[in-house]
Amino acid sequence: MTNDAPPRWDRMMQQRLARGEAAALGELYDRFASLVHSLAHRVLDDDAAADRITREVFGYVWENPDAYDPKQGSLRSWIAKITHRHSVRRLRQDETRGEGTPEEIEEKVREASAAARADYIVTSMPAPLRAALELAYFRRLDYRQAAADLGVTEDEARRRLRLGLQLLSTAHHSSRSTPPPGYGRAL
Amino acid sequence: MNERCGPGPWEPDDGPWDHDQGGTGPGARDSRSDGRDGGTPGDGTRASPGPAQPPRIPTPRAAPEDGDRWPYPTQPSAPAPDTMRPQQAQEPHAQKPPPQEPPSADPRAEAPAPSGPRSHKVLTSLLGAWALSACSAEETLEVEAHLTECAACAEEAVRLRDAVGLLHPEENLDLDPMLRSRVLEGCLGRRPARIPVPDWAAPYDAEAARLDALLRDMGEAEWRAPVSLRWFEGRGAARRDTTVAGVIGHLMTVDGLVAASLGLADPLPGGEEGSPTARTEAYWAAEPAVAAGEPGPAAELRTAWRDQGHSLLRTVSFAGRGAAGLDVSYGRFTLPLRDSFLDRAFECWVHAGDIADAVDYPYDPPSSAHLNRMIDLAARLLPGALAQRRRAGLASPARGPVLVGAPGRTLHLEIEGSGGGDWYIALDSPAALGTPAESVAHVALDGVEFCRLAAGHIAPEEAAAGQDGDREAIRDVLFAAASLSRL
Repeated sequence: MTNDAPPRWDRMMQQRLARGEAAALGELYDRFASLVHSLAHRVLDDDAAADRITREVFGYVWENPDAYDPKQGSLRSWIAKITHRHSVRRLRQDETRGEGTPEEIEEKVREASAAARADYIVTSMPAPLRAALELAYFRRLDYRQAAADLGVTEDEARRRLRLGLQLLSTAHHSSRSTPPPGYGRAL
Repeated sequence: MNERCGPGPWEPDDGPWDHDQGGTGPGARDSRSDGRDGGTPGDGTRASPGPAQPPRIPTPRAAPEDGDRWPYPTQPSAPAPDTMRPQQAQEPHAQKPPPQEPPSADPRAEAPAPSGPRSHKVLTSLLGAWALSACSAEETLEVEAHLTECAACAEEAVRLRDAVGLLHPEENLDLDPMLRSRVLEGCLGRRPARIPVPDWAAPYDAEAARLDALLRDMGEAEWRAPVSLRWFEGRGAARRDTTVAGVIGHLMTVDGLVAASLGLADPLPGGEEGSPTARTEAYWAAEPAVAAGEPGPAAELRTAWRDQGHSLLRTVSFAGRGAAGLDVSYGRFTLPLRDSFLDRAFECWVHAGDIADAVDYPYDPPSSAHLNRMIDLAARLLPGALAQRRRAGLASPARGPVLVGAPGRTLHLEIEGSGGGDWYIALDSPAALGTPAESVAHVALDGVEFCRLAAGHIAPEEAAAGQDGDREAIRDVLFAAASLSRL
């Protein structure tokens, strides 16, 4: 679900790309291609378009490794941001070609933005929460099995799953037309 | 190079194990069941909650008591902060006694329990697990009954179910394996590499990336899928049973010979002098959990194998052209580094195919340019392998002496299809020159079929070859091709 890499890896990768090391480009692709492709695919819902975005994004990163500022966040989140930007631009180009009404395009952009925020939230949430979600969602364990796997109580496993989803649900907020109910408030 | 190749890189060597023990040792399947792999949604072990329903009955209480909906003080073992819920973090309730407090201390406990024996507190705590379909059937029913009565929980339930929709399996995406080369080519066209990957290392780069993509798509249980490794030895087929994880261990351990020759860390401590087979057996014996395909160790192994591959590519990129001729020792023979990378690319593809067969995934052959290089390596190794078999009495005798570098009896190997071409194999000595003029036999074979033969995956007698000319020469060359295989 995520590609955790220590900041040191990010900085080393940036240096290697900057000095034109083709092997580093291959490693970068191996680590992030599925991220880039899946983010692009979620926005554009088309394999060929996602392929094109993947080519553009890696091309941009390879040509502009210095545009990455490690102080601003991880290499992963930078690449996700570039992908989102390219994908949304592409979506708007579809609009100018008449492929969808402006309303449909804006709805897609909103969904894409929520998905991008969700991706960011998942990767930046505390590791214990992410681990619990990963066990329950991707490995399909129930919370008791997840608790055993994580070595925590069942209460704690339930707590982590709920908190993890609560954090994730904030990705929807700014993409809704009406403000969401505040946390813990009645409807 | 034939002179120093000895038995050839795909030649079987004297492994210390018995081929008949396929069902035991590290190859034996791990029958341990931890109960994790059988659970699929909807199989009855985990109820699938329906969409949350809006509350049908107006809730009797307005549920402003956030503390009640958030009943668990952060435990010491859980560093997860509650910073996303600032209003709650400031609540004095969080400092209240832990949940063990008697129910009567909770003002809401005085109301009759809405349904079932579980309290509102517990049901609320189940919402995350419920949204993820990660609680028992009984709990699911109780939560859903509760949602019809509690507006606050119903609102949260909808929100959490929506959030689940935002989770997505980034890693399971089925990327077109050929996209990698297109993307990298596109990049290098825009900005040429100052430190390129040597072209003889490109097939290894591509094949390792393809295998890694296959591994990424696999489920955990598939690490233990049984794989039968097959090769040709002496007069007939040999096999060794292992798991998918065992195969990756094998690849990593033999790649380790190349790593050691470049001064990188050997993944098999103290094993640097062994043959590929001896090293593999030593690794399987030392890492039984990996050999059995336990998911945790297998995932670490995948990372270790991949990291080593990246290090190899990086190292030869910096070493430059001069490194291409360095010797890599395989125990009883050596190969120059550039051929060693081709050999590793070939094995990576062949074993990726073995794994794909074992887990029933499709797997394509390499690109035709890479396939051509692999076929070329095998063709160059054939005269040496033939001489080796001749010395062992497994091939017909040479027809008289041949001067070093002089043309001698030749077999014309015509490879058709992807990666194909014409190769002229010297029959009587590795030192002789194969030439069209001296051809005594002609064999035509599909490229992938020839590779399957050289990998020991089809018997020489069964290689679907168009044949013409000296039957004995053809037979000897097909058997020599099969004998290039090893574990």
